[in-house]
Amino acid sequence: MKKIRISRILIYLFLIVMFIISVFPFYWMIVGMTNSPVDVIKGKMTFGNHLLNNAKILFSQYDVKRIFFNSIKISVLTVIGSLAISSMAAYGFEFYPSKVREKTYAVILLSMMVPFAALMIPLFRLIVKLKLLNTHAGLILTSLASVFIIFFFRQSFKSFPKEIIQAARVDGAGEFKIFTSIVVPSMKSTYAAAAIYSFMTSWNAYLWPLIILQTDKQKQ
Amino acid sequence: MQLRKTSKSYEKTLDRYGWLFISIAVILLIVFMFYPIVYSLILSTMSSKGIVQKFVGFGNYTRLVKDEMFLKALKNTFAFLIIQVPIMLLLALVLAAILNDKTIKFRGLFRTGIFLPAVTSLVAYTILFKMMFSADGFINAGLMRLNIIKQPIPWLMDPFWAKVTVIIAMTWRWTGYNMVFYLSGLQSVPDELYEAAEIDGASKIQQFFHITIPMLKPIIVFTTIMSTIGTLQLFDEPMNLSQGGVTGATTGPGNSLLTLSVYIYNLCFKYMPNFGYAATIAYVIVFIVAILTFIQFKVAGDKE
Repeated sequence: MKKIRISRILIYLFLIVMFIISVFPFYWMIVGMTNSPVDVIKGKMTFGNHLLNNAKILFSQYDVKRIFFNSIKISVLTVIGSLAISSMAAYGFEFYPSKVREKTYAVILLSMMVPFAALMIPLFRLIVKLKLLNTHAGLILTSLASVFIIFFFRQSFKSFPKEIIQAARVDGAGEFKIFTSIVVPSMKSTYAAAAIYSFMTSWNAYLWPLIILQTDKQKQ
Repeated sequence: MQLRKTSKSYEKTLDRYGWLFISIAVILLIVFMFYPIVYSLILSTMSSKGIVQKFVGFGNYTRLVKDEMFLKALKNTFAFLIIQVPIMLLLALVLAAILNDKTIKFRGLFRTGIFLPAVTSLVAYTILFKMMFSADGFINAGLMRLNIIKQPIPWLMDPFWAKVTVIIAMTWRWTGYNMVFYLSGLQSVPDELYEAAEIDGASKIQQFFHITIPMLKPIIVFTTIMSTIGTLQLFDEPMNLSQGGVTGATTGPGNSLLTLSVYIYNLCFKYMPNFGYAATIAYVIVFIVAILTFIQFKVAGDKE
């Protein structure tokens, strides 16, 4: 009995240490927001009163509004576009079965294995040729079709009852109408999950934006 | 007869709709994915200095063997792969096994806290770590106050410690992320299995090795492959943790943080651009990914 108790304590100790390591940098960051640079370096761990001053420096040295607006604009447009295009493609693959399309799907899935580094260079030259270098359009256009999101949508569509679509067809609904007014509304949670994933990917993107937005004006 | 005819033309219409639905995505993927993949394979057989391009066949590939920078990048990348991925996945697995135990209190809190790093942006967290691990930063001050070390550790100034810092940073960022995969996998393992083992007198550690790991095998293979691909493409962390960032002369002290992806970036955008040679290195990554994925599937004994 005593042995069990000791191992219990060790497990909790381990969990607490892991928890602190995971959460501490967030605390440090928030505390750092309210302290002067000197205090941060000194390792001050309590809240200070420099928050307003720090904010003033931030807003006067950087065009924060623009930085935020650009990031949000790019991310939101990418999310909307890639959700529409990828879910439509997944719908086509799942509900219109054909051998040729199935093979196309297999090839598309296989391409997920190829690291981004391998397509980076030709993609950059393509963007230059299309005169899209240093434009937000170039960045958004290249991230619209996401293999992972197509895969994710198709997996979810698999559980959607095919009878409903047949019934809608019998009632005379057009194919696009079925998709937009029956399938999309009933898969809201899937769209939400895909939107979160897509937004995070776009928001966190670093290498590709670094390459194609080369002037500071676009980057911010 | 009439009916069969209409059903056939109806099928054709449906087929057309199938193509219509996938068309936009397929066109985008062909232009922005398949074309670049093929083009980069062709590029890898050419040598280019600026705009001048000439065909060199396998010349780029033989050049790799003698390129010390490339060998260094390869060695660094593998150092991260071999050390960081196993530590992280094992830690994630142990945490998932503990946090799956219903008798543990505050499970939700621990899960959320440990997952929290996974929501941070790569650039934001690396900059935070760069501050924490600077010579007079918080980590050194803390360790010295606790009397663990006497002199500050040159975290980002020394080739060895720079690597250690990147490994710590990556483990911090990705452990919780992988833990969630394992936790969701453990949802499908029936509790009765653990209860039966308990009655048979199996210890927690035996349960971990004989129930948790075998039941999670497909997910372990999946996370190993994802982490391998991710680590082979490692770019954000070494770039941002090195002194000068993107514009620095070297990536990390003595190029100790130079990874394959960083080298590709340097070859394209920092030195005199040589896209052909850079494409060759990109394809080296593709080959390594393919080989390692194949080995991992084989080791796992997955028939598919």
